[in-house]
Formats: sequence, C-alpha cells, structure tokens
Amino acid sequence: MTFLGSYLKVQALQTGRAQALTTLRHVHLAEKPMVFIPLRMAGEAAAPVAAMVGDDRADPRLLIVPQPRNRDHRFAFMAELAEILVPYIRQFSSRIDLQEERCLDAPQILVPNQGGVSFTRLLGRSTRFRSTTGPYAVPPLVPLLGRWLTFLHERSEFAGSAILLSMTGVLSEHWVTGQSTAEDGNLAALLAWIDPPAGERGDAAALLAEDPLRSPPAGPDTDPGFDHQVLEPLIKLYESTGVKSQLHAALLEQLTPTWDLMWRGADLLRALPAAARVAARWERDRVALARESIRIAEGAFPPGRWDNPQAAARRLAMMESAQQSYEAGKAFDDPLVMADHRMEGVAFEGRVVDLEVDRKIIPPGKVRRVLRPLVTIRTDDPVRITPGKKLLSPQRPKQSCQLMSIDDGLVVIQINSGMSKGATIPAVGETVCYTELDPSEGRRPRLPSLELTPWTHGGPPTEYVPTDEDAGEIWS
Amino acid sequence: MSPQEAAAAATASILADYTSRTHKGLVVDSPPGAGKTTLVVAATVEIAKAGERLMIVAQTNEQVDDLVDRLASREPQLTIGRLHAEGFEPPPRVTRHDNVTTHNKAENVDKCQVVVSTADKWAYVEDRTWEWAIVDEAYQMRSDKLLAVAPLFADGQALFVGDPGQLDPFSVIESERWAGLAWDPMQSAVAVTQRLNRLKVHQLPVSWRLPASAAQVVSEAFYPANAFTAGTAPGQRRLRFTLPGLRDPWDPTLAEAGAQGWAMHELPNRHAVRTDPEVAEACAGLARRLLQRGTVAEDEHGWHEAEATRIAIGCAHKDQVAAVRKAGVPGGVTVDTANRLQGREYDITIVWHPLSGRRDATAFHLESGRLCVLTSRHRHACIVVARAGITDMLDSHPSSPKVQLNVPIKFPDGWAANQTVLAHLDRHRVAAVGRG
Repeated sequence: MTFLGSYLKVQALQTGRAQALTTLRHVHLAEKPMVFIPLRMAGEAAAPVAAMVGDDRADPRLLIVPQPRNRDHRFAFMAELAEILVPYIRQFSSRIDLQEERCLDAPQILVPNQGGVSFTRLLGRSTRFRSTTGPYAVPPLVPLLGRWLTFLHERSEFAGSAILLSMTGVLSEHWVTGQSTAEDGNLAALLAWIDPPAGERGDAAALLAEDPLRSPPAGPDTDPGFDHQVLEPLIKLYESTGVKSQLHAALLEQLTPTWDLMWRGADLLRALPAAARVAARWERDRVALARESIRIAEGAFPPGRWDNPQAAARRLAMMESAQQSYEAGKAFDDPLVMADHRMEGVAFEGRVVDLEVDRKIIPPGKVRRVLRPLVTIRTDDPVRITPGKKLLSPQRPKQSCQLMSIDDGLVVIQINSGMSKGATIPAVGETVCYTELDPSEGRRPRLPSLELTPWTHGGPPTEYVPTDEDAGEIWS
Repeated sequence: MSPQEAAAAATASILADYTSRTHKGLVVDSPPGAGKTTLVVAATVEIAKAGERLMIVAQTNEQVDDLVDRLASREPQLTIGRLHAEGFEPPPRVTRHDNVTTHNKAENVDKCQVVVSTADKWAYVEDRTWEWAIVDEAYQMRSDKLLAVAPLFADGQALFVGDPGQLDPFSVIESERWAGLAWDPMQSAVAVTQRLNRLKVHQLPVSWRLPASAAQVVSEAFYPANAFTAGTAPGQRRLRFTLPGLRDPWDPTLAEAGAQGWAMHELPNRHAVRTDPEVAEACAGLARRLLQRGTVAEDEHGWHEAEATRIAIGCAHKDQVAAVRKAGVPGGVTVDTANRLQGREYDITIVWHPLSGRRDATAFHLESGRLCVLTSRHRHACIVVARAGITDMLDSHPSSPKVQLNVPIKFPDGWAANQTVLAHLDRHRVAAVGRG
C-alpha cells in the first residue's frame, strides 16, 4: 500500500468512516446500468441457483433454478437470463457508427464483487460452446449469451474498462476503509464504512452488516446457514411436490438486500463528478463492443478456450499499456491521486523560481541548434526520479520534458517539445506539477502472423475450429 | 581438472555445438560471474572469423552498451552496429570506439559483422534475417518479447545465454489466464522455448566472481541441479583493513566479513516498517566504516583498494533504497534494488535482507531470484543486514503457492533457498552492539 493510502486508512480507522481516495469518479457510470446478482450452489463451480437482474431499481427480476443439480433446469435458467441480457446488450451492439467502427453507447453490467465477475466468466464458459441442435440442445440465445458474457469478462480485464464492473472493486478504488482488503469484498460492510446510517460510525455499522442474517452475502456464494436451513429443505420440497413458490420467496429475501445495496453504491458513485478521461475510456469499450458485434454478425467462431501465442502476447501487451495509461490518467485528472504519486516520489509539485526561456543547444548527434528552455522548480516533495527521465505535466500534457538535475529541493527540467505557436511555458511564480507517469498508450511492435509463428513458440498452430469437446473440461 | 581447464572445455564444447549448424537453438546456463560475457565475445569472434553476420539481443540499454564496449575493446577489427531507439544517446563508452556504428535505423547498421540491440528495439526490425543470433540474459527476457524477435533468426542458429537463478521477468498484470499454457507470455524466453522444444543445455561450471566462501552456498541454495565451483581457492580472496578499528559498533561485523567472506549483522527481533530506519542506518554505517578503515581487497591478481565504487548496497524495494541513501551513504557507493543489480559485480556488497522485520513472507519477498541476485554480486565479501527472527517467521509461513494445472514446478523453491542461506549465515552472525 502507498504512503498516502496507508495514512488515509489509519484516518478511516480513527474516524470510523471511509476516506476519499479520489476527488472524482474515474469510471463511466451508465444512465441505466444492468445490475446482475448471481448466486451459485455451494460446492459447484458454475451451477447457478438464482440471479436477480434488471436495469430498473423498482423492477428487479428474480430467476431461480429449482434444482441446481439438474442440468436441464440450469440451461432453462440460462435461457431466461438470455431473454433479459441479450436484448439489453443488443440495443447497444446493434447501433454501430460504421465509419468510426464504434457503437454509439455500450451496455454496463454491475455485479456485486470480484466473485460475481469470475462467475460471469464461468457462465460464459459453460454456455458459449453449447449446441442448439442434436442431443441436449439449448435455445439459440443461450450460446449467444455465453459469447456476450465471455466478451464482457474479457473486456473487463483491461484497466479502465467499465463494461462489467464489480461494485466493491469500484467503490474501493474511490474510498479507503479502516478494514482489510478481504473485508472490503463484503459489499454491505464496505457501504457501511462509506455511507453509514445517520448518527452511526462506519466501523460499528460494518460490524453489524457482516451478520449474514441482516445482510445476506452478495454472492455468488451463499451463506452456509441459509444453504443448510433454508435452501436444502426447500429444494427437497420442490423435488417431492413440484412447488417452487417458497423457494422463490426465500431467494427473493436473500437477494433483495443486495439489490438495494447495489443501487445505493451506484448512487454514491453518481454523486462524484466524472473525471476528464472517463469518456475516452468508455469510447474504447464502445470500439471493443462494435468489433465483437461485427464478429458475431459475420458468424465467426466463439473465442477458443486458449489463446494462441500471438493472441496471448498481444493481449498481455494491451493489458499492460491499458494499466499504465489508466494509472497515469487518473493522476493527471485528479490532484488527490497525483498527491499519492508525489508521496511515492514519481511526481512532484512546486513553484517555478527560475527560467531560461531562450536557451538553445545542439542535441547530441544533431547539427542544428534548437530551443530547449530550462525551468527551475522549488519543491518540498521527496523526488525519486532519475535525471534523464522523460517528464509530463497535467497542466501541459503535450509538452514533453526531461529531468536535468535535482539538488536540495531545486529541480531543473528541460522542455523538449510542444513549444509550437500558442503553447505556453511555465512562468516564474507559477505552481506546476511534473511526473514520469505517462497516460498515453505506447506503441507496440508487430508480432509475426500465425503462419509465421517461430519454432521457439511451437511453430504455426493448427487452425482453430470449435468442437463439442470444447464444452467439456480437461479434467472431466 | 583445474577450474581454468573445466571452463575452457565447457566453452569449447559450446562453440563446437553452436557452429556445427546441427542445433537450431542451444541454451547456456551461466551461474553468477561464470564468464557469460566472455563466452558471448568468443562466440562472436568465431562467427565473424567465418565471415558470417551475427545479431545479439540483450534486454536493457545498459547491457547492450556494456557488451558493445567489451566487444569493441577486445576486437578492434570487428565492425559492430549498435542499433538503438530514436532519441537514445549512446554513452561515451560506446561512441569512443571507431569500429562501432550507432544508429536508430536497421538499414544503417545491418552491414556490420555484429549488430547489438535491445529486444524492444529488435522487435521493430522487419524484412531482414540473420543466420546467427545470440540472446543474452535470456532468463530475464519475457516470452512475448521473444515471439516478436524470433522471426529474425528463426531459420538460423540461436544461442540463449543467461543465469537461471536470477529474477523472473515481471509484469504489472496479474492474470491466470495463460497459466499452464506452453506459450504463457509471462514466463521467460528460455522457459517457453524449452517447453516446446528440447534444446541441448550447456552449463558454465566455474564462477570467477564468487569467492570460494560463497560459491558453494550460492550453488547449493539457488542452483541445486547445476552445481558450480569457485575459480579461486579458499583464502585467496580476503579483505584487509589498513586502519585499525576498535570501539566502533560496525567493526565486529567487518572483521567477520573480512576473514570469512560473509557476515550477518543482526539487529534485535522486531516487526518494523518496510523502510526500517535502523536497518537503513546499519547498511549506510557499514558502508561508511568500510571506507574509513581503508579496506584493501586481496585476490589472485594481487591487491587493490576497495573504493566506494566497488561497494554496493542491495535492497528489495525502491523506498528502502531511498531510506539507505537518506541515512548517509558515501559518494560513489551504489545503492539499488535487486532488479537493477542483476548482472553487476562489486568487491563488497551489503544486503538489506528482504525478509528483515516482516510479519509474513509474500511470494515477492520469498522469490529465490531476489535473494540470489543480492547474495551473488560480490568478489570478496557479502554483509547481510537483518533483524533476528527470520527463521521463525519462515517456519510459521510455510510456502504454499497456488497449484495450477500444467505449470512446471519451479526450482529452487524460494522458501527452501531462504532457509539454506539463513542456515549458512547463522555461522557468521554478529549481534549488533551499541546504537547499531
């Protein structure tokens, strides 16, 4: 944990209230997000028990699997879920600006926690290869839902994507509580820290919120007491009598508190003003959605179980640059996030005390003299940047600079670019901030095409064609 | 066989295999200071003599510049191309050689007998191939980087050289998506190549850097499957202090390190913040005292003064580096993290033990490569600074990494390696006295 983060955590503990880590909201929040709270059967990786889903807080839909061990029931549940989610996604994925190759808007699915994100992946995994004909056929929307769930999950692994979000994850990025990271995974407790009932301390409210009878777990895992005392008898009742109204009522009672918490979380986030770079990041989601939509329309195969060498390498590189760009972008938008980096020594703020505007040098290896102004800044920050490093400033993001020297709180930087007409350079007395963080996503080299995969990586792979085997697992 | 003969025999058989054109790839495992660069230079000369072109891939600009400097100094006849990124300024140690051409475009250097660059830059080179390639520090290179550069030499012969005991490549992304895949992009270039091909593996048998006192323990702890020996005999490398010491709290530790090649400067057991000020002060104080005492290093070539530039302080984290600097390190002494000390060599190293003062042992702190780098940079002596109680902490945190399907087991295990090193250091323990 960073220095500022630790400090705020201690402060949260002392005051009994979560502390803001940011002054702005750094994720996109859709006008009508789709809240999705899945529950699964204990002991099974991907056997859904129920889900509460909907984009209208006044109108949650509850879907249940009366006997989670019955695969027919499971896929009937998936078909029902598909009836809700696929049209929701389609209203965005079908509206593509073909010239720009991006959708006009994108869906946003909110799940309670990281477990919900992983479960979404597993649901996609278990349905995208299902056959719509032959034995154990499923309705056509089911494999399509599997594809979309897989897409949502794959996209959500990129930093800054807002297409599938875990509420606890997003809240923890904006607030720090006085409890551990594992405890922050409990949505009820986390919200109690951030927004305790009037007149109560957050820590006390969080303690109460941890009671599974008061706030049932936000899934996908259910409370063992509930499993044992409620779920099991009611499933048995269904088995013997075929009556599922009681099961329905019990699951409704389990899920409704989390449903309310999800919308409260969304309200808290909506109250924060959106940061400047949020829209650009959402646009990337819209581009990704358009691409997937076109792939599906063209009848391409669903993504395979494994990435080929190129896909793996490309994805890793893209995830890395998204991560770096997201971290830096947050700092550029938000002075509180920047303060965190300043404490870590990778950024500094100070007052300009001296200026050499007309300095001209001949850069090594060049012949022409060029303008390279020097700016001297006095700072109290503990700067840990090595001379020669490229620096950028949130105030002048287009102006690339370079650290020349640091000596006893006096930092000298050289401006290397971005001095064309209309650009300003820092003035004496101005407060400026510079950092080695870079919000741009760097250039990536081209990888060899699949047919040219070198022997070091196993040579060209055979072409991927999904088979029924893909629906199974290697250990099954 | 003397160490010299053993090393010469190993080099000869590597070069014979490499130039035989019967192996599309060869792996050379090189323990710390075993003459990896010497081997690269020898192989380069061999290829150039035959009138062939060679490309060398290294991982950092620093490594490339060091290598170019070594090659150019040893072989002034050789034409060497130093390919670099746009905007990069090659340092004087590269530009001072007449036989080196530096440029940022491949077409301006590819006529040279040898072209050296970083993997990052090679990845942008297109429409050219080389018959011969050497991948240096291949264990530090990530699999995805290799994928981008391998087409340049895929139809020729490649030599992968590196130290298997050092730190694994790193990513800011934590994803289990590729765990178990043969081409998992997070693993090292050698790991991916060896999982899909069974290349012949050679090993350099002698560490010229590590003294006799260190070779055995480093070999046992970090290279259990490929033992190596020291190039010098016990007692050949010693530290002598020309100015007497008496009351200073650092002196007992220095005496132990000078005589034995190892010392564990042990502070009282205590949980501490990561930037433990007492450990920082001890690291800086020991470095200061080494210089005050006029330390002289005796070795097989005679003796020389152990100047500030020959001393390094190694830490696990950047903030620890800053804390040590703040505690007052004499000018010229290197203070850096394990990652950045890889491939470097000093007379004396002072190590901030990664587990000192910790409550738990995370995978980061247990990584065997980190401790291996820190304890294998020295020619004469290594002083480890730590709080007491690490062994107990390790015993209460047995390592239990997540088991993934199809992921090869990694040797050595970090937990076991830490225990081996601590058991050895126990024999050289000096309890800190006074304020230290």
